[in-house]
Amino acid sequence: MRKIGLIEGGVSVLDRGDVDTDQIIPKQFLKRVERTGFGEFLFYDWAKEPGWELPRNPILATGRNFGCGSSREHAPWALEDYGFEAVVAPSFADIFYSNCTKIGLLPVVLPEDDVRALMEAGNASIDLAAQEVIWAGGRAAFEIDAEIKRRLLDGLDDIGVTLQLGDAIDRYEAERERNGPVTTSGDHRSTPATARRSRGDHRSAPGTARRSRPT
Amino acid sequence: MPRTLFDKIWEAHEVADALLYVDLHLVHEVTSPQAFESLRLAGRQVRRPDRTLATADHNVPTDGSTAAEQIRDRLSRVQVETLETNAREFGIPVYSIGSRYQGIVHVIGPELGVTQPGMTIVCGDSHTSTHGAFGALAFGIGTSEVEHVLATQTLQQRKPKSMLIRYDGELGFGVTAKDLILATIGQMGVEGGVGHVIEYAGPAIEALSMEGRMTVCNMTIEGGGRAGMIAPDDTTFEWVEGREAAPDPLPTDEWRELRTDEKASFDKEVAVDAGAVSPQVTWGTTPGMVVGVSGAVPKPASEGDQRALEYMALEPGTPMSEIRLDRVFIGSCTNSRIGDLREAAELVKGRRVASTVNAMVVPGSQQVKAQAEAEGLDEVFRAAGFDWRSAGCSMCLGMNPDIAAPGERVASTSNRNFEGRQGRGARSHLVSPKMAAAAAIEGHFVDIREWA
Repeated sequence: MRKIGLIEGGVSVLDRGDVDTDQIIPKQFLKRVERTGFGEFLFYDWAKEPGWELPRNPILATGRNFGCGSSREHAPWALEDYGFEAVVAPSFADIFYSNCTKIGLLPVVLPEDDVRALMEAGNASIDLAAQEVIWAGGRAAFEIDAEIKRRLLDGLDDIGVTLQLGDAIDRYEAERERNGPVTTSGDHRSTPATARRSRGDHRSAPGTARRSRPT
Repeated sequence: MPRTLFDKIWEAHEVADALLYVDLHLVHEVTSPQAFESLRLAGRQVRRPDRTLATADHNVPTDGSTAAEQIRDRLSRVQVETLETNAREFGIPVYSIGSRYQGIVHVIGPELGVTQPGMTIVCGDSHTSTHGAFGALAFGIGTSEVEHVLATQTLQQRKPKSMLIRYDGELGFGVTAKDLILATIGQMGVEGGVGHVIEYAGPAIEALSMEGRMTVCNMTIEGGGRAGMIAPDDTTFEWVEGREAAPDPLPTDEWRELRTDEKASFDKEVAVDAGAVSPQVTWGTTPGMVVGVSGAVPKPASEGDQRALEYMALEPGTPMSEIRLDRVFIGSCTNSRIGDLREAAELVKGRRVASTVNAMVVPGSQQVKAQAEAEGLDEVFRAAGFDWRSAGCSMCLGMNPDIAAPGERVASTSNRNFEGRQGRGARSHLVSPKMAAAAAIEGHFVDIREWA
């Protein structure tokens, strides 16, 4: 993930509340197996409405509960691919917020009045290190989890960070491993579709799973 | 110190500060390909294929195609085949098209018995909250997190806040779990649960079947909640017992400990009068835009309401029972289980779908389908004029060919009435399976409490 530095420039305005991820990137574009190329389909249906305008700026300012609905990470991918580096809103849906932080798209929560002022200002700079948004005539501090902030500023790979705790995961598994359920044991997964057996016939033996370890 | 059900499961899965162990990772074709690709590029393996289960559901045609290569839509075909290839390469069991265990990921997990009380369960799908019905901590994650879980079997996660929704009273005649959760979202709003794990409790919850509890937990995300959960009890244990992956005997003593202690406190508490809930119908474009079927389309209270009414082509003051329908969809991870189909079949038996309505039933899994056929429900639906389909997500989101046309009005047992969700320009009304069945027969919504 790239590091987030100072984000400066124009503010695009989408003054709607409860914008769901189905609007951000409709389902027909979720069939791609790549991470890239979603920007051109951003707000695909809304973009056809008369008067629609969403310039490709670094900052998007929008309404409450932004990103509600489906967990599709394609939504932040599309926003980022379109050119946005930060999204500012009075509130975000949980999964969307988390997804943004995983790809380096900065979600910023500001009080509604400040978002409104930012929309009117049209230009702003967002300083993640200082946790501050500055626009002509105003500034506002924002909260962000310290660990998330550190990872965004340093562009850290989450998996790499967690794998440093590999011993703790090993210990946890050794201590807490319990019987079943496991998905790889039992013959229910290999039973041919044509075979018809009663449910009890193919119960898996709990705790018989083969362990697979990263090398 | 007294602890909530959520506290207990959370604490039992903390590997390190803000690092949560995942007991079960469910995978489907839409949100996983990029995760597998990144793993491959980084030379990483799947840590616990034995705690991972994959199925194809979102893209799957429901017209009876028996293998992935028969999907006509090229992109859908590639996505399902990619899932199969990835699962093979990384040693993950997969129930793809043609498997008798294939189905909607949130239907097959419980059905196979891999969903059990006390577990942590994640999936790249927001409706993972469904599994909380078993007293598990279950929630949706994004693709980056899918990759993280595949590689480490853990999730970086700050502990969310806790919330209790307590239902007083009991559900009235004709009122279902779907109505209960729709009314709850209507009361607390689509943002009401943001940042919280919700526990549902009270006599109305205890009286629900497992199917009903899954419906309630399923729609937690529609109220903004991170996860929804219900303490396991005898209803839960009876449902789990004897399933393929279920332990034998069940550790019921251990599972009975999975309850919120007396005097445990929540960050937020909401009370809902279950006895006052009537059959619900959504009128707008969020699940919180909902009224009782005996009510009318409300006057807009905001710009968002106004926009929703325009999209839905509805006039304020119109009685809900006068809204005429073009399509009826019974299915989705919210309402496609055998209990849902039985409820709907009971109402359509011996009747005919209105000539103006195109109605379909999409069982949640191949096992649900087989069970329904063994009970003759398929014949009941077919005789009434319903299309009887194969398992998948289908018209809940229309990634497969099951899509409503622009302007068509749909009574749907699914979970989202967002603009364009069931097809560009399509207008969705969320209802229970009973309400959908009755609407299919009459061609408009009816109050099933008075309908016979």
